[in-house]
Amino acid sequence: MNLFTIIGEALRALRQNRLRTGLTMLGMIIGVAAVVLMLSIGQGARTKINETIAAMGSNLFLVVPGATSSGGFSFGSGSVRTLTINDAYAVAELPSISATAPVTTGTVQLNYAAKNWSTIITGTTPNYFSVGNWKIESGAIFTESDLRSAARVVVLGSVTAKNLFGDEDPVGKTIRITNRPFLVVGVLMAKGQSLTGRDQDDNVLIPITTSERQITGNQFPGSIRYMMVQGKSAGDMDIAEIEITQLLRQRHRIAKGKENDFTVRNLTAIADVATDAAKVMSIVLGAIASVSLLVGGIGIMNIMLVSVTERTREIGIRMAIGANQRAILTQFLLEAMMICIMGGVIGLVVGIGGAWVVSRVADMLIVITIGMVGLAFLFSSAVGIFFGFYPAKKAASLKPVDALRYE
Amino acid sequence: MASMQAVHNANPLIQIEDLCKSYNLQGANGETITNQVLFSINLTINPGEFVAIMGHSGSGKSTLMNILGCLDTPTSGSYWLAGKNVAAMSGDELAHIRNQSIGFVFQGFNLLKRMTALDNVATPLLYAGIGRSQSRKRALELLRRTGLESFAMHQPNQLSGGQQQRVAISRALINEPPLILADEPTGNLDTQTSREIMLLFEQLNRDQGITIVLVTHEDDIATYAKRLIRLKDGHIIVDKRNEASETALNQAADGNSLITQ
Repeated sequence: MNLFTIIGEALRALRQNRLRTGLTMLGMIIGVAAVVLMLSIGQGARTKINETIAAMGSNLFLVVPGATSSGGFSFGSGSVRTLTINDAYAVAELPSISATAPVTTGTVQLNYAAKNWSTIITGTTPNYFSVGNWKIESGAIFTESDLRSAARVVVLGSVTAKNLFGDEDPVGKTIRITNRPFLVVGVLMAKGQSLTGRDQDDNVLIPITTSERQITGNQFPGSIRYMMVQGKSAGDMDIAEIEITQLLRQRHRIAKGKENDFTVRNLTAIADVATDAAKVMSIVLGAIASVSLLVGGIGIMNIMLVSVTERTREIGIRMAIGANQRAILTQFLLEAMMICIMGGVIGLVVGIGGAWVVSRVADMLIVITIGMVGLAFLFSSAVGIFFGFYPAKKAASLKPVDALRYE
Repeated sequence: MASMQAVHNANPLIQIEDLCKSYNLQGANGETITNQVLFSINLTINPGEFVAIMGHSGSGKSTLMNILGCLDTPTSGSYWLAGKNVAAMSGDELAHIRNQSIGFVFQGFNLLKRMTALDNVATPLLYAGIGRSQSRKRALELLRRTGLESFAMHQPNQLSGGQQQRVAISRALINEPPLILADEPTGNLDTQTSREIMLLFEQLNRDQGITIVLVTHEDDIATYAKRLIRLKDGHIIVDKRNEASETALNQAADGNSLITQ
């Protein structure tokens, strides 16, 4: 009996018991759909985190003033203002460092025409854009000469631009920041949320010199809120951290044995933790979904065992007219596999549909890869073979005379 | 007569020597009880014979039939079918023998449910490795010759007992086996239909030289056979030429209408 004939026979047998076939298949459909949905959610989360990390910039340190603790008493970092713009320029000269960007921040009121908007203002240097992996949507970033001359130029975050200008192009327009006119030179491309969930696109950026002199003011001239530091290579992050620490201790004249008056944070390490967490999440989700696939498989085995018992006489007749063990085994195995593969295909469609609905309703990024589709197929066939084999073997091992005599 | 010549010229189709069959049963206290059903059976059947095996229930006739049909294996002794030692064969070889050399006809017809008469007849060909369309073509041809063409697309439950049994006989004939084993083929049929079926067997035996071994407990059915074997408690007690069959042969003229060319 060739394979096509056996497939035909198996399909006929499945059609004879539509309800049972359908219900058994439902177990597979739910299992495969759950696996596909969970994998796509997990994959989506990982992709999202990777995108956020890539948008954050690579090999980053965040250096904030203030020690994490002093004499056993812990201050919040940034609670003292010991870092200066010159510290940032000095760190930039270190061999393992490619660039630094000093940052001051404040909250300001913006006005354009009749609209106003309150947001965070960042005073920084042009390096900030490359270090933080910011891309320009339109116009340009401010320049070194803007920095030197403390020019009143501003780069808008995409959300801020949208709020102030709507569909109008902001570049070349003048906005008022705390009632001082600033020329909009550029608009940043949107980045979305940070790993901590903060909207990174609602901000305005101006030269740090302008900020210090005209906007935020400064009771400690030259001090900064924090600095972004970019290392040259991912492999030398530990060395870079030691170099930064040594240099700053030296510049701040901290005696041996005393606590640092600054804190160096490796943002890449934090990102790695987030990536690992996402990976664990997708594994856990996949594992939970696999349980339903397993349950579906057990359902198939159960039904196939019932089917073999019910059809014992049919098996006997088939053996009497010349079916050998392999033919009977193949017939029942194919029936189980066909339930699984059909259930798998339907489950795949349901899973992809479910992922689409989730992405719409929950506004989550859902990623479906060819690999996942292949995995679902492989899994459902494997479940079919694994759980179908025992009942099929049982059918094939029946003695013809016993099978024929079965009532 | 062609069949008579075959008897004299050919090697035996079935040769059984010293064949025993016993079953091991589990007793109420877990002990094994051996129940011997057949005792040292010796039997030779030549090509072209028409043999009726008779006996009361429990005489071992069904067990003997199952062994003859390679559905069951003997406990001891030898069984040669068409010169091949069946007792030494593997399961797959036995399946091949059942497919190619033996046609089964059962009391309960044993057609596959929810399958058309045509597909039922074609199924042995599928197991012989012949493609579906070719198998159906041959099955339809055979149904045409047995006058069942108009029932080809009917399922067994849409057919009368006699029609079902004729479909079953067609299925038994599809691979052109030298031997047909019929286990109480008329047990579920009325007298008139029984007669038609028996005449069909007789005709197959006479015209095509097919060896037929029939199990029955009805004397009037056994009269169609040319040789009579009677079993009692696992022993052959009678093995004789059936004088009555001559009358049956004379009636065979009526049977011509059953197989039309």
